[in-house]
Amino acid sequence: MKIRSILAKKGMNVITITPDQEIRQAVTLLAAKNIGALVVVNQEQRPIGILSERDIIRQAAVDENLFSLKVADLMTQQLITGMPNDDTFSIAHTMTEKRFRHMPIVEDGKLVGIVSIGDIMKAERNQYRGEIDTLETQIMADDS
Amino acid sequence: MSQNGTLESPLRVAVVGAGPTGFYTAEHLFKQKEYVVTVDMYERLPIPFGLVRYGVAPDHPKIKSVTNVYDRIAQNPGFRFFGNVEIGKHITVPEMQAYYHQIVFTTGAQTDRRLNIPGEDLAGSLPATEFVAWYNGHPDYRDYEVDLSHENVAVVGIGNVAMDVARILCRTPEELYQTDIADYALEALRQSKVKNVYVMGRRGPGQAAFTTPEIKELGEMEDADAYVLPEEAELDVLSQAALADSSDRATMKKVEIIQSYAGRVPSGKSRRLTVRFLVSPLELVDDGEGNIACMRLVKNELYATDAGTLRPRATEKVEELPVTMVFRAIGYRGVPIPGVPFYDSWGVILNREGRVLDPETQEPLAGLYTGGWIKRGPSGVIGTNKPDALETVKNMLEDVASEKTLCPDKTGQAEIFAFVQNRQPDFFTYDDWTRLDALELAKGEAVGRPRVKFTSVDEMLKALGR
Ligand SMILES: Cc1cc2nc3c(=O)[nH]c(=O)nc-3n(C[C@H](O)[C@H](O)[C@H](O)COP(=O)(O)OP(=O)(O)OC[C@H]3O[C@@H](n4cnc5c(N)ncnc54)[C@H](O)[C@@H]3O)c2cc1C
Ligand SMILES: NC(=O)c1ccc[n+]([C@@H]2O[C@H](COP(=O)([O-])OP(=O)(O)OC[C@H]3O[C@@H](n4cnc5c(N)ncnc54)[C@H](OP(=O)(O)O)[C@@H]3O)[C@@H](O)[C@H]2O)c1
Repeated sequence: MKIRSILAKKGMNVITITPDQEIRQAVTLLAAKNIGALVVVNQEQRPIGILSERDIIRQAAVDENLFSLKVADLMTQQLITGMPNDDTFSIAHTMTEKRFRHMPIVEDGKLVGIVSIGDIMKAERNQYRGEIDTLETQIMADDS
Repeated sequence: MSQNGTLESPLRVAVVGAGPTGFYTAEHLFKQKEYVVTVDMYERLPIPFGLVRYGVAPDHPKIKSVTNVYDRIAQNPGFRFFGNVEIGKHITVPEMQAYYHQIVFTTGAQTDRRLNIPGEDLAGSLPATEFVAWYNGHPDYRDYEVDLSHENVAVVGIGNVAMDVARILCRTPEELYQTDIADYALEALRQSKVKNVYVMGRRGPGQAAFTTPEIKELGEMEDADAYVLPEEAELDVLSQAALADSSDRATMKKVEIIQSYAGRVPSGKSRRLTVRFLVSPLELVDDGEGNIACMRLVKNELYATDAGTLRPRATEKVEELPVTMVFRAIGYRGVPIPGVPFYDSWGVILNREGRVLDPETQEPLAGLYTGGWIKRGPSGVIGTNKPDALETVKNMLEDVASEKTLCPDKTGQAEIFAFVQNRQPDFFTYDDWTRLDALELAKGEAVGRPRVKFTSVDEMLKALGR
């Protein structure tokens, strides 16, 4: 399965934030959109980092005044991006090995989506269920 | 509690497209207990089942028995079928909005993805979508010309559709006779001159998209030998590492089977099916008269991206493959329905988990939904569409509860019926299909075949005495 089939049913706007915005705004956005991470983009809309719930929590544990910090202060800059044609299997593997949960997806330098490990798990579970269902149909055909 | 979905005022749902997803959508709607629902299913072809009838390979009969499940769904008293009615042609989407609270588009993927190489449109270069529709007796393709006078043919792509196409080209007339393949295709394949079939994957054995039973089946054909070049069967270092790391049993099994074909000594069968790896077509060379003289291809190598995917990269090594016919099996693609937002980059209806979105605001458009291949793209087996349809139906029911539906003013069952009849007097009901089904089975029985398909709408109308 390809990342493309996960993105295809996620609409076309990716929720992004810029590095100079405040963590306050990031938290509002994460809560309002019920998501786990924001892609940080520059003026050309190119992804330059990612800010996850975890990044915020980690800071919150040591700093009560984090809300007025800038996104740039807390975002993860070593950004690994994927492509729509990437195999879900290998992306999931990379995420678990490298311990992150969201990956921005880029095509021709443009941000086209973001996938979470949860998205991939759900898609793989559905594919697996579908295959079992299909196998059952074939076995039942054998019996009849 | 909203007012729609009661006995007095049932929730009126239209499902557009009678493939697996359309039926699973109806099933989920009938299964829930909260609302009284009726489902009208529209299908542009007279006969239901989408790719189960017009995609699944004729030599895979068992999977087609899934239609027994669909027959049961169609027995629900709230279900009606309007076949031979195309939405966007006979009836428009805005018109439908006057009759239904909710409309679900499950129209599948009707066309093919392009290779974008020179020579792609030469005579003898065919999309698998059309070849598949042709051999399965799809009414739109019965007059399609397939010239099988070529000895050497290539199939580009290495998914299950490529496997289907390669297998059908390699089957003997006797093997095909035992299937419900279209009569005219059986005849054309009987005259086929095809001797060598090359299936071409751009990556290695570790990344092949086909599934294990499909590659195994290639080695078990009556009169065709499966073959793999030993040097291409071997896993490169990156694939070896990836496989060892993931201990993915399914892929290991596939690789094992592929390697068992490597260097096999031909057993004297009439045809040979060679699966090639790490090759990409560069050009279909014109013979000067608009036909294919041969294919130029390049050998690839794999490299790993930061994200962990193994991608192909062209090397300097170029080769000529002496094929004069090419089937392009690199994936299907959805087509837009007039009046429904389409997201061209993915070839799907613009949606979020099945809710159709307004392209301007990215907010859901009340009452419009989608499911299956036109929602998530052309991937997954028949059963995958069941959880996919469920996701959409859950959102539909949530929207009923919060009263975010269309507000139709003409919801009488008879009113809708009259409207359809007016627009397409030659529509087909589910009973019509049941009668055609019996006739096809009887035609088959008379000649010792499982089924002989009707392949034209006129033929079907005549058989029904209309
Ligand atoms: C060649 C091939 C072989 C396959 N073999 C297998 C297999 O062996 N086993 C397996 O499990 N899966 C197989 N699959 C996958 C399976 O067929 C799909 O997962 C499934 O059919 C997708 O279902 P769908 O309902 O979304 O689309 P479809 O099955 O394509 O159904 C869509 C329906 O909508 C109709 N429609 C389109 N536009 C309109 C319109 N405007 N108005 C009214 N109706 C419209 C179409 O005519 C069609 O009947 C195969 C796929 C292909 C392409
Ligand atoms: N028997 C069955 O159960 C059965 C039968 C038929 C179909 N199906 C299902 O139907 C779905 C669609 O099948 P499909 O075969 O059409 O699609 P698919 O499984 O996505 O396979 C497409 C193949 O084409 C290759 N490809 C894509 N672009 C290419 C390019 N530009 N050049 C060369 N190769 C290219 C892909 O390679 P990359 O991986 O490198 O991109 C892949 O090998 C699948 O989920 C399949 O399992 C099931």
